[in-house]
Amino acid sequence: MSHLTHTPALEPTQDNTMILNMGPQHPSTHGVLRVLLEIDGETVVRLMPDIGYLHTGIEKTCEAKFYQQVVPLTDRIDYLCPMTNNLCYVLAVEKLLGLEIPPRAEWLRVMMNELTRINSHLVWLGTHALDIGAMTVFLYCFREREDILRLFEAASGQRMMTSYFRVGGVALEPPLGFFERVREFANRFPSRVDEYEGLLTANPIWMMRTRGVAKISAADAIALGASGPTLRGSGVDLDLRRDLPYSGYQNFKFKVPVHQEGDVFSRYLCRVQEMRESIAIVRQALDGLPQGPIKADAPKVVLPDREKMKTEMEALIYHFKIITEGFAVPEGEVYQAVESPRGEMGYYVVSDGSAKPYRVHMRSACLANMQTLPIMCEGRLIADVVAAIGSIDIVLGEIDR
Amino acid sequence: MALSPAVTQLEQLKGHPAVARLLTANLDAIEGVKFDREEMTIYVRRPMIRECCVLLRDDPNCSFTFLSDVTAVDWFPSEPRFEVVYHLFSISQKERVRLKVRLSGEMPALDSVTSVWPAANYFEREVFDLFGIRFNGHPYLRRLLMPENWEGHPLRKDYPVEGYR
Repeated sequence: MSHLTHTPALEPTQDNTMILNMGPQHPSTHGVLRVLLEIDGETVVRLMPDIGYLHTGIEKTCEAKFYQQVVPLTDRIDYLCPMTNNLCYVLAVEKLLGLEIPPRAEWLRVMMNELTRINSHLVWLGTHALDIGAMTVFLYCFREREDILRLFEAASGQRMMTSYFRVGGVALEPPLGFFERVREFANRFPSRVDEYEGLLTANPIWMMRTRGVAKISAADAIALGASGPTLRGSGVDLDLRRDLPYSGYQNFKFKVPVHQEGDVFSRYLCRVQEMRESIAIVRQALDGLPQGPIKADAPKVVLPDREKMKTEMEALIYHFKIITEGFAVPEGEVYQAVESPRGEMGYYVVSDGSAKPYRVHMRSACLANMQTLPIMCEGRLIADVVAAIGSIDIVLGEIDR
Repeated sequence: MALSPAVTQLEQLKGHPAVARLLTANLDAIEGVKFDREEMTIYVRRPMIRECCVLLRDDPNCSFTFLSDVTAVDWFPSEPRFEVVYHLFSISQKERVRLKVRLSGEMPALDSVTSVWPAANYFEREVFDLFGIRFNGHPYLRRLLMPENWEGHPLRKDYPVEGYR
């Protein structure tokens, strides 16, 4: 596997090559990724990603916050799928606490999580197509994304930084008429995916730009730690929602799209088909949504309802205690992974028994996926680098944390 | 779902494929085990980490071919100060195991596993950057997230949250 470990250097290694700097301010690097290319004419000889421009030290900040105060920070890691990060973090803390979640909260979480996945894939599809030169798709995708953001705003009060999932359940019961709006969206959405596919899937220009471009084999993808559509596009059938179910995903029926070619086109197909599966999960969640409470019965951990605080002394005391002192979590450590739109998003949370996490580590799917970039691009043209970066769907906030 | 106490007896956990594989190899590599909250942790002696990783990756009963994550925890001021944590995943068995190596605070260093899983490249660079733990045999051990000329390692517990001003 020696061909997979790279030793980047800033000097050209051959007489006929030069170093070209791409980014960090470049529209197709999806944020502040800097890529150093050693090129021979138009051909990429070596590719060296340079990251860290968006490093904010979130892991360090988490250590200084109470457990419940970390939830809003997790939104800001991956700003395209905030709910997935919320979910992963709260599942980890709930596992540390040994807390059981009422079924309605679990189903709501699954529903919101799948809407988030669609939201994230829409941004990816729009920008990826824009990079390769298909302008129209971008406008179509953002039209549907706006619908989803409005749904998030209705449920959580925020469009992007939702912080909707809390330790022990979800923050609020969704407002009246919310589920009808979701159902209306779920009915409308499959025909919209047909629209995107009509513009791209059989489009000869799109196929020429994506088919056989930036290939990676299954063995290389596994060895480099790639996950999510980047791995499934290379023919590895792995989806944590199905294989290691969390948050009640075992109650849902869905297919996991896998494609064998390992090129940009098969990763594109994986994600587009995933959107259809996600909307099917949303439908199932709507149909089978159980009645009942949305928060666990754990007064020392979960904030009481406003109404109770006005009438019950204990509720007021617990509220005051949780806000001012946090809640203590038993000693231990937990690694919880979820299938984020980009792959395996994992939270490793260590508790020393106090009200603040001793250590929070985020396993970033993008960081591992980005290691596949050199293998994908070397020996190919510069224009394919843009297609490759788009196809692994990186979010720099998650890479740099 | 009440929490049950952690199991730390090696005798009770012999049946776990990863533990069994490391025991049959007879390397005396296991320092301790822990089964807590449905998660398996194996404490591995520092010089043995690379061999253990190769064994667990190549054994057909384990086949931990996927390295999920490498990170570290700083237990300052107690000794051994650092724990380097590996999360392995088996795609065929759908199983996870956590390996841990304890390191002292004086010049913490251990063998790199980049030759076992190339995925460890960035993970180990990140740990080196933020904790100052050296990985011997890493092909390019440079800072990953912080600037090249940064002083100190931010995720160490003796590094202030607001940084040095």
